[in-house]
Amino acid sequence: MTTANGTGATGHETIGAAIRAAKARGEPALVAFMTAGFPERARFTADLARVASAADVVEIGVPFTDPMADGMTIQRASHAALVQGVSLRWILEELTAMQPRPAAPLLLMSYLNPLLAYGLDRLPGAARAAGVAGFIVPDLPFEECADLKSALQAEGVGLVQMVTPVTPPERIAMLCREAQGFIYAVTMTGTTGKAVSVPDEVLDYLRLVKSLAPIPVCAGFGIRGREQVERLRDQVDGVIVGSALVEVLERGEDPVAFLRGLRLAG
Amino acid sequence: MAILFEAGEAEALMKRELAGEFPDARGRFGPYGGRYVPETLVPALDRLAAGVTRWLRDPDFLAELNAQLSQWVGRPTPLSPAPTLSSRWGAQVWFKREDLAHTGAHKINNAIGQALLAKRLGAKRIVAETGAGQHGVATAAACARLGLPCTVYMGAVDCERQAPNVGRMKLLGATVVPVTGGDQTLRAAIDEALRDWVADPNGTYYLIGSAIGPHPYPYMVRELQSVIGREAREQMIRQAGGLPDAVFACVGGGSNSIGMFHPFIADRDVRLIGVEAGGRGPALGDNSATLTLGRPGVLQGCYSMLLQDENGQIQETHSVSAGLDYPGVAPEHAFLMSAGRVQYDSATDDEALESLAECCETEGILAAIESAHAFCGARKWAAKNPGSRILVCLSGRGDKDMPTLQRTLLKGKL
Repeated sequence: MTTANGTGATGHETIGAAIRAAKARGEPALVAFMTAGFPERARFTADLARVASAADVVEIGVPFTDPMADGMTIQRASHAALVQGVSLRWILEELTAMQPRPAAPLLLMSYLNPLLAYGLDRLPGAARAAGVAGFIVPDLPFEECADLKSALQAEGVGLVQMVTPVTPPERIAMLCREAQGFIYAVTMTGTTGKAVSVPDEVLDYLRLVKSLAPIPVCAGFGIRGREQVERLRDQVDGVIVGSALVEVLERGEDPVAFLRGLRLAG
Repeated sequence: MAILFEAGEAEALMKRELAGEFPDARGRFGPYGGRYVPETLVPALDRLAAGVTRWLRDPDFLAELNAQLSQWVGRPTPLSPAPTLSSRWGAQVWFKREDLAHTGAHKINNAIGQALLAKRLGAKRIVAETGAGQHGVATAAACARLGLPCTVYMGAVDCERQAPNVGRMKLLGATVVPVTGGDQTLRAAIDEALRDWVADPNGTYYLIGSAIGPHPYPYMVRELQSVIGREAREQMIRQAGGLPDAVFACVGGGSNSIGMFHPFIADRDVRLIGVEAGGRGPALGDNSATLTLGRPGVLQGCYSMLLQDENGQIQETHSVSAGLDYPGVAPEHAFLMSAGRVQYDSATDDEALESLAECCETEGILAAIESAHAFCGARKWAAKNPGSRILVCLSGRGDKDMPTLQRTLLKGKL
């Protein structure tokens, strides 16, 4: 299997490698989330380049009208992007044309329906051509994922699985076996963006996930500051920062400074 | 366009439907249905599916449910002949009177059933969404009856156009949360109820109001609403002297219609016709005619027909009736359409209001605007099939629609 980056590694292998490389430097990898085309459609690739320069992996949100797993910030960002005409087709075209390509591996975070509307026959090739290494689909549990996963696999594009604090241990084990790229360990029940302290039982759960995972584990949902990163550093390989970064971009502040501020060595 | 089955395929799938094999183990009705939810909800849905399998066949549970239905809901609801409409339309018209069920619509059948189930499953609180407010009122009443705390999400637009129901829910002890995000109608209310449930999947029970959402909801709601069709079928044989030639019900999410149709599916000579909201016309955004004008896709937990644009974004819908104003539909309806067993048609806002007025004047019944869509379908069909025996699901009463009727039918008349 060949890939966009020409190294011979599949897309999802490049994601895992980027996370491991950060971890080898002694700190959790930073997976940065931004909604495509928010706050301004015209600034998408410029914002992406800046975010990618300070993150190890970038998750690009495809806006959807009904983001049921997301809190207020990402709902607001999705809506604003849709109003500006952002679509999956446009995002893939922008990424394909982007020069230079970001060094950090890119993932698309999309609800399932925009992917179905694009067409599962055309999506994997277009994603690969755009340099997309993997997908995260928050409304696609493992039992429904076979069609998408096998279609993506043909182009070396990975499908990330999520686990949560309410997932039974035997299911966590099954999901860890099937995951590609990294395991997305949701830190809490609820939607994205609410600030959470990280209680001891969540650390226990993350330790369990880590012990079962053959690939890197990244923790996400509600991670906003350096204290949380500090508390999670020994349990996981990376942290996912979403709503807090979207708010930084929304306020017109510097995403590079914000992301560097989360680095423990930073 | 729905998925088209080839002739042999449709027949084989209908055979499985009649054998009770749908939904299958993956929660599918043929290609439709399934379970598209965040991972956080998977264990809760597994527990719910196990609970549905266990309790909906348990004699003690069914005895408790039937006692509530007869002693509190007021079932069986009557089957009323409509003599004046019959002579006007040149047909024998019969109404199944769900408007006479407690709280004024068929929604209570599902609400009390699920609330009893939630208790058995150890739920600490109930959340629900509502469009017209009828499901919210039914859920608030069922929760009051069973001593369960209840929160109802309702789109801000619907709170305004169905104001009387907001007050009823509050009196019944529910917390009503107006939803200002999204389209501010039923779809946004469902998104918000799902977010609430995701935050506490172990203690909270999501009491969904239509035959939509992830498996097992479409199955459970159909089972709880099928009491409508079972009663109506017996009543037609006893009172009308035989099965109807055609059965009509309005289709929004599709719960009164699936409940009415399902017990008739094996009666091959009975035509089943669902009537959707044609709104202001056929353009995207002007109606809620999901089955007649939509395409397959995934929304709010299931693969079914949707009103969406070419990018898979869900479209805002329009109907004069809040209860039909939804861009998705029960996956079982999508299946029955693809299989050719049920025919789906639409009635515009104006046609529905006209039919509502006709039913008021001729039969002394103020029906919900939702139900009036079914009358309209029946009237058109009667004109082409004179002398036939017609059963119409009168799914709810129209008192809740007075603010809308003041602005439309009564405009300039007071």
